[in-house]
Amino acid sequence: MIDAITQPFIEFSFMRRALVGCLALSLGAPPIGVFLMLRRMSLMGDAMSHAILPGAAVGYLLAGLSLFAMSLGGFAAGLAVALSAGLVARSTVLREDASLAAFYLASLALGVLIVSVKGSNIDLLHVLFGTVLALDDHALLLVASISTLSLVVLAVIYRPLVLECFDPQFLRSTSDLSSPTHFTFLVLVVLNLVSGFQALGTLMAVGIMLLPAIAARFWADDVSGLILAAILSAFAASLSGLLLSYYANVPTGPAIILLAGVFYLLSVLLGVKGGLIWGLLPRKHFEA
Amino acid sequence: MKHRIGASIALVLLALLGFAGGARAADKVKAVASFSILGDMVKQVGGDRIDVITLVGPDGDAHVYEPTPADAKNLATAQILFTNGLGFEGWMDRLEKSSGFRGKVMVASTGVKPRTMVEDEKTVTDPHAWQSLANGKLYVANIRDGLIAVDPEGKSVYEANAAKYLDALAKEEADVRAALAALPQERRKIITSHDAFGYFGAAYGLEIVAPEGVSTESEASAKDVAKIIRQIKAERIPAVFMENITDHRLLDQIASETGAKIGGELYTDALSPPDGPAPTYLDMFRHNVGALTAAVSA
Repeated sequence: MIDAITQPFIEFSFMRRALVGCLALSLGAPPIGVFLMLRRMSLMGDAMSHAILPGAAVGYLLAGLSLFAMSLGGFAAGLAVALSAGLVARSTVLREDASLAAFYLASLALGVLIVSVKGSNIDLLHVLFGTVLALDDHALLLVASISTLSLVVLAVIYRPLVLECFDPQFLRSTSDLSSPTHFTFLVLVVLNLVSGFQALGTLMAVGIMLLPAIAARFWADDVSGLILAAILSAFAASLSGLLLSYYANVPTGPAIILLAGVFYLLSVLLGVKGGLIWGLLPRKHFEA
Repeated sequence: MKHRIGASIALVLLALLGFAGGARAADKVKAVASFSILGDMVKQVGGDRIDVITLVGPDGDAHVYEPTPADAKNLATAQILFTNGLGFEGWMDRLEKSSGFRGKVMVASTGVKPRTMVEDEKTVTDPHAWQSLANGKLYVANIRDGLIAVDPEGKSVYEANAAKYLDALAKEEADVRAALAALPQERRKIITSHDAFGYFGAAYGLEIVAPEGVSTESEASAKDVAKIIRQIKAERIPAVFMENITDHRLLDQIASETGAKIGGELYTDALSPPDGPAPTYLDMFRHNVGALTAAVSA
């Protein structure tokens, strides 16, 4: 059993790299997902991933399959959409979700337009679906740096961010930190999605950010507990997803996200904080 | 006065009609080729007598091509359509029907002895027949016959062009054989990201191993990659090749893990743009053979 788990990683360096990349990703992205969930912005991650795709596509068309150009393009596009949506939401009557929807849809349309006009019919989705099995040194460094940066920044803005989640009015009335915190957080969201798309592709990157965070809700009550549970659940999904891809011969990115989904379902059923199964058992079970 | 104006208008109209008629007579044969390699061959045979429009251009992947309205428009007015056949252009039937094309369809691979390959555990016909120059010569003969059928007046021109081109292909084929024969037998083995070299390997004695199925459509699993790495190590395959239409990152990873050499780009399903290393069918062969021998002999 242990052998079956370790053997692929001992024999193949591409498996080790994929594992390291996924673990680094699992350190950075799920905590962001926890805050997205707490702020009822879970679907925003999905919207942002669409906003990144055209930027990365433009980077690809201008500079070819260059990690730097694609990341920079994706980051710029994602940031532009997130910040303009945030600005519009904070200075007009429009809510954040509505203005974000408007901006990301326009950005997506622009991206598709640019790709089509530019001619070559190389299937861009193949390129944009990151290949977790092909992480080179640069990609690994990028993913690891972004995770490190995002954990450090998260530590710095932790208090105002938690306040912003639970009592935004209080934060706004007692300090000027509300807006800077919000925008820093948006930058982190975009950075982590860019890092995720190197490994998993733009669509799957949201999965590793949000699924573990949502599953964590069934295992912990406080924010730090949620973050810990989310990271552990992402670790487990990464490892088991890679092994599933190795033994069952299925594509790696979807395998990882699918297992994160399975963990979510198991959490809904069995989680110690409100899992469905505990409601079916006699009440005494809890009192004992 | 009125009469003179009327007369001059009539004269102008007559002159215009004359021009139009003259222009029509001098009009070139409008031919459409499904992809860039075939387009180049048609151009070589047709020369100045024809206009060739290529649907899937340089560096494009004909396996996953989506036809555009402009393609349908071009096809509707064309007199002859050249396709590869052997299941290469899966989208062509629909395009042909929807465009209202009424010209002649010439399947360039007619007469080729098809090879099969295994894709997703099913045995299918390998469409990449042009990767052997012997088949290329069959293509050229078919193109010549097709053009003569739609433009009998140009018969002598097409025959002369085709004869010259066939000579060039025969000479290139001798060069390819000589270049590959010079390599030691145990090193005549490569791995490439898209197994489009079945015909090439069979014709010139090179063993081709592919890391993915024939189609560029499916994503590799960890198991596939592991299998390939084991295979490269076990069989001591000296070189790994990328081609111009698939993601090279996976191959980079495989090469760095096995110590096999990355042998530059091979052109398989599409030519390069005019300023690239393989703008024509013959250039493509020279480029590919040069890259293959350099990597394998080193």
